[in-house]
Amino acid sequence: MALVLNEDQRMLQDSARELLGSEAPVEALRKLRDERDELGYSPELWQKMVEMGWASIILPEQYGGLAFGFLGLGVVLEEAGRTLAASPLFSSAVVGASALLLGGSEAQKESLLPAVAGGELTLALALEESHHHRPTRIATTATAEGDGYVINGNKCFVLDGHSADKLIVVARVSGEENAADGLGLFLVDRAAAGVTSLRTIMLDSRNAANITFDKVRVSAGDVIGEAGAAWPVLEQVLDRGRVALAAEMMGYALECFERTVQYLKEREQFGALIGSFQALQHRAAHMQSELELSRSVLLQALSTVDEEPAQLPLMASLAKARLNDMVKLFTNEAVQMHGGIGVTDELEIGFFLKRARVAMQIFGDTGYHKDRYATLCGY
Amino acid sequence: MTAPIGSDMLDDLEQFRSEVRQWLEANCPESQRQPVVPEEQYWGGRRGTFASEDARIWFERMRDKGWTAPEWPTEYGGGGLTPHQARILKEEMKAIRARPPIYGLGLWMLGPALLEYGSEEQKQQHIRAIVNGELRWCQGYSEPGSGSDLASLQCKAEDKGDHFLVNGSKIWTTKADECDWIFCLVRTDPAAKKQEGISFLLIDMDDPGVSTTPIELISGESEFCQTFFDNVKVPKENLVHELNKGWSVAKALLVHERKLMAEMGADSPREALVPSVAAHEYLEFVDGRIADAEMRSSLVEYDMLMHAIGLTHFRTFEEKAAGVRSAAPLVMKYVGTEADQQKSELLLAMLGSRGLGWEGEGFSKAELDTVRLWAMSKAMTIAGGTSEVQLNVIAKNVLELPQS
Repeated sequence: MALVLNEDQRMLQDSARELLGSEAPVEALRKLRDERDELGYSPELWQKMVEMGWASIILPEQYGGLAFGFLGLGVVLEEAGRTLAASPLFSSAVVGASALLLGGSEAQKESLLPAVAGGELTLALALEESHHHRPTRIATTATAEGDGYVINGNKCFVLDGHSADKLIVVARVSGEENAADGLGLFLVDRAAAGVTSLRTIMLDSRNAANITFDKVRVSAGDVIGEAGAAWPVLEQVLDRGRVALAAEMMGYALECFERTVQYLKEREQFGALIGSFQALQHRAAHMQSELELSRSVLLQALSTVDEEPAQLPLMASLAKARLNDMVKLFTNEAVQMHGGIGVTDELEIGFFLKRARVAMQIFGDTGYHKDRYATLCGY
Repeated sequence: MTAPIGSDMLDDLEQFRSEVRQWLEANCPESQRQPVVPEEQYWGGRRGTFASEDARIWFERMRDKGWTAPEWPTEYGGGGLTPHQARILKEEMKAIRARPPIYGLGLWMLGPALLEYGSEEQKQQHIRAIVNGELRWCQGYSEPGSGSDLASLQCKAEDKGDHFLVNGSKIWTTKADECDWIFCLVRTDPAAKKQEGISFLLIDMDDPGVSTTPIELISGESEFCQTFFDNVKVPKENLVHELNKGWSVAKALLVHERKLMAEMGADSPREALVPSVAAHEYLEFVDGRIADAEMRSSLVEYDMLMHAIGLTHFRTFEEKAAGVRSAAPLVMKYVGTEADQQKSELLLAMLGSRGLGWEGEGFSKAELDTVRLWAMSKAMTIAGGTSEVQLNVIAKNVLELPQS
């Protein structure tokens, strides 16, 4: 367990801050939005991230990885959250790579992971089928045919689904619609026959898609793990995603908070700096206390991935629920404390507000994770 | 650069753990391995008595090891343990449910301050006495007219050459009627601005002119007192740190007090119910889940909050060991006491009418204690600096917001 960053991790943090500050400030996201960029992220930035080793940060060395673990990943994602840097880092290098790493065959890992690490291949998880996170409520079917499967169904809210090279599709091989048993993970080329994707323009100006699978054929070699028994792998992949996302959300919260506290020290009303008003001081101080608690939870959750996977479900739900609530509070307070300028598009706080609402839904909202935590605690 | 724990050190710590375990096994009497009721706590001091021969043996063995103050230097009778070792001792004591051998503000608050600010003579005189439980200390900060605005305190100490002449009073002096000495903030320069004219003074409560009266609270307890000083002569050598620098000492001490207040819920002598355990006795379950959705939601919110607070305690501990500074210790009093209130309200809701008993038959001890702890929790966000003052401190010291 490590609740304090070590020297290596702090150096990683510095280099991440430097690259993202110069190459991917919030202004870059605004540009992608205003120009209605088709890819939704900058390939040049992604290339630089890859060169920094971020796409391989959690991978073991044998697959071209840096083996920095999740504490290292968390440091980078937090910095990416501070500037709202759009990239396939989360969907491909965290979620996709984890699915292969935890569930894939040795052949799949050897052929695909180095390409993910090198940024030549991007992955996306096609999971959700309704407007709430319900990872076992899967109606998409995978029917055995010949030595492979045929996939039929509709997916929504597929992060980076319009741009990924390969999709990892969660489909049902057997069982009832809400059963954890009977699920499978299937690698599908986004360009394969029968795959239709619709990019959805969402309020965070990031990338998601609705994807239809119509009689899409996959070979036996494209099944990740055992078809029908994928739930334990999927659950762990989702928990890793939740913890990684919590790190990114910490970045949104911190950036909003620092900008807001700075504003409180500059803005004058009624002949005084508004930061001298106790009504605002107490709200800001309360936020600081929330920040301290969340910092401990996040660090513990990140190190749990690497060191105590048995504790991961509880820690992942704690981290996601807590960071969900925190970014909601922090973005709302940031807007309110900025006053009129806070609701203008010109001020970047609005970008954080919008991105926070999307992140809060990804892989489970607060209600989902409170329920899960309570269930894990036996009540 | 921080030094991560190497494997050698881990081996050493595991070795230490096994030694501690063996020692405790051999030395902690069986009767001292169960939760302590208030009447059986040993607080030391001139009037301190042991509830049993076992309690005396347990205290003396721990004292002789220096483990009543595990992290203090051995030259003053402390245990000289590293933070990691001290944590292990705490864990191993908890594992066999060993009682704390002694309680007291001397150990929790004054000692750490004296080690930092005291003169060599003061350390020699007081630190060992605290470790040995010879004197029981109380704290004199607040005054009837100076609660949240501590820096406005009026109790004065006039320089009379070889001694200070002290006049005034202190309120919320915990168990002062059973204490031997009091550490006080007194005004030594009435002309200076607020906190700049305050000094930190140690006063023997047996001195002529010192008197104490208990105060009864809404919880029915009277553990707090008011202490009066009427022309009390205090020797000059009882001044801690420099004249008019008492505020610095108090600040250093407040950090210890905040930690103490945040932990107090856990160390309370009363039979405190644990909400997630009590749920199984007091709430209806359907298919393994609490049927009342509101109750289940409140419970899980509390459990998640405590999980986060517990992790933050660990983080502050790790940061201390690594020599890293953060704002975490400064928020602990606020979050800890607010969480304690949240727990009390939650338990009261869970217990329904069984959580409304005040005394006598018809209620279990745990139920009666739950009500009393609920009432006491109201004081926790006030004593030791109200939650609002805590937020002021965070706003000023952490966020560095402009002061009006």
